[in-house]
Amino acid sequence: MDKFVHLDGLVAPLDRANVDTDAIIPKQFLKSIKRSGFGPNLFDEWRYTDIGQPGEDCTNRPINPDFLLNLPRYQGAQILLTRKNFGCGSSREHAPWALLDFGFRVIIAESFADIFFNNCFKNGILPVVLPASEIDALFAEVSAKPGYTLGVDLGQQTVVLPDGRALHFDVDAFRKECLLNGWDDIGLTLRHAEKIRAFEEKRRVEQPWLFATGAGGV
Amino acid sequence: MPQNLYDKLWQSHVVHEESDGTALIYIDRHLVHEVTSPQAFEGLKLTGRKPWRISSIVATADHNTPTNHWERGIEDPVSRLQVETLDANIREVGALAYFPFMDRRQGVVHVVGPENGVTLPGMTVVCGDSHTSTHGAFGCMALGIGTSEVEHVLATQCLLQKKSKAMLYRVDGTLGKGVTAKDVALAIIGRIGTAGGTGYAIEFGGSTIRQLSVEARMTLCNMAIEAGARMGFIAVDERTIEYLKGRPFAPKGEQWDAAVDHWRTLHSDEGAVFDCVLEMRAEDIQPQVTWGTSPEMVVSIGDRVPDPSREMDIARREGMERALHYMGLKANTPISEIVIDKVFIGSCTNSRIEDLRAAASILKGRKVSGSVKLALAVPGSGLVKKQAELEGLDKIFIDAGFEWREAGCSMCLAMNADRLETGERCASTSNRNFEGRQGAGGRTHLVSPEMAAAAAIAGHFTDVRDLL
Ligand code: SF4
Repeated sequence: MDKFVHLDGLVAPLDRANVDTDAIIPKQFLKSIKRSGFGPNLFDEWRYTDIGQPGEDCTNRPINPDFLLNLPRYQGAQILLTRKNFGCGSSREHAPWALLDFGFRVIIAESFADIFFNNCFKNGILPVVLPASEIDALFAEVSAKPGYTLGVDLGQQTVVLPDGRALHFDVDAFRKECLLNGWDDIGLTLRHAEKIRAFEEKRRVEQPWLFATGAGGV
Repeated sequence: MPQNLYDKLWQSHVVHEESDGTALIYIDRHLVHEVTSPQAFEGLKLTGRKPWRISSIVATADHNTPTNHWERGIEDPVSRLQVETLDANIREVGALAYFPFMDRRQGVVHVVGPENGVTLPGMTVVCGDSHTSTHGAFGCMALGIGTSEVEHVLATQCLLQKKSKAMLYRVDGTLGKGVTAKDVALAIIGRIGTAGGTGYAIEFGGSTIRQLSVEARMTLCNMAIEAGARMGFIAVDERTIEYLKGRPFAPKGEQWDAAVDHWRTLHSDEGAVFDCVLEMRAEDIQPQVTWGTSPEMVVSIGDRVPDPSREMDIARREGMERALHYMGLKANTPISEIVIDKVFIGSCTNSRIEDLRAAASILKGRKVSGSVKLALAVPGSGLVKKQAELEGLDKIFIDAGFEWREAGCSMCLAMNADRLETGERCASTSNRNFEGRQGAGGRTHLVSPEMAAAAAIAGHFTDVRDLL
């Protein structure tokens, strides 16, 4: 996983609450058996006016000129600003893969759905939760000022505005460490392999039915 | 100190805890399907890691598989590759059980697990699918996970988790005739919203829940995720135990007795404390119909489509306006005047035998309205289908004008050929009415199987209680 330390990036505003993972990456693209290449189909149904198919070249598809990611001023954005409950719905990790592949490394919202929030950390995306009043203010600034950028620093846990003001955000210490270092969760967990084995053995003795290896009696 | 059920489930699975509370949770059962697993198996291979405990894995193909013309195989090459990739991965790695495409026990993973007894009380159950919450009906800690976590569980038999807050949602009283677990789920989501349960593990309790069948409990827990909770569960009682008895993978003999003794402890203790307790009266719940593009946009059958102009909160008002525009609906239209194009009875929410029986009881001796273009009945699994056919339910569906299909996710998410075309409106027993969920531009109204059957007959939504 790529580490995340600090990013100064252009902000794109997606002014909707409850953006679900079906909207982030529609289901037909979930047929891929790869982790990459989802960027061109991010927000596919909002971005294009036709219906996209997996494997299709998107360069000549008709685009919806009003959708924010199609506006010239937001090209190259790395920070997505949005509303509450972002990423609700399906557990598909294709959603963060698509956001990452498109170029987003930070998503700022009032709140996130749990599974999506988790999936972000596994993929080097930093989800930042800010209070509604600060989100409102950021939306106002982004739309008023073309080329609006923010500085996001994970170590300091701050979002720094162009005028130098810093907004603080919370993040779990363990997730922060992992993201700052780009650590692989599995490698970290396997350091506890002995403990896992011991736990498993105890459980096997106490509740052997959980460890059946075949369908008994059929 | 009295413990709530979540405390018990959590504590009995903690292997290790970091100083910030992030814990390694041991996973008893790992359910696998074709869509969220290929990248995980690939990752395992790339890093040279081996699965930790093969006997925890139960797999099936469901999301992509066609529900008719099985003799032709899977015609869509992209879907076929994904299903074949699952076949190859399971062949290579192994599993406790695998129900591949066309197997007589294949079906929607959340239907297949419980009916085979691979979901047992007190387990941690994970699957790369958000509706894993379904298995909470058995007093399990059942979590939907992402693909990286699928790989993590394959490699380590553990999941990294922080403990959620505990919510008790009590429903007391007796549900009226024609009011189902689906209506309870939708009514709860309508009240607390799709983010109302975020950060919580929800225990459903109260006299109404106790009276629900195990299958109805699955319907309710299935939709906990739509309330934002990563899991929903229900205490074990005699109904749970009765349901599990004799299932292929349920314990037998002495082990059964020992298991049952343990399972009887899986409930919140008298006086247990929760972070949040909410309550509802069963008598207040009417048959529900969603009108918008989020499960929280729901009203009772006797109501009208809400009017955004009466909403004070600007963000909410705009959300409502956008939803009405997408749904092609006008504010204040009576729900019973909304005309439908298609009907879908299926999905891990409502495709078990009781759901099919309930729908069939409405359809019996009646016909699907001529204005309905397609009415699909898709059993949740091969075993459900077989049981339904033994009972003659297939005939009732077919005589009424339904298509009787093979098991799978089907039009719940439209990854196969079963889908809505742009602008089509569907009465659906599934769990998500998001934009494009059942096909790009399609319009979904979530209802119970009884209400879907009633709508099929009338050609528009109608109060199923008038048909009872
Ligand atoms: S039936 Fe629908 S909700 Fe259930 S697992 Fe399949 S796609 Fe997901």
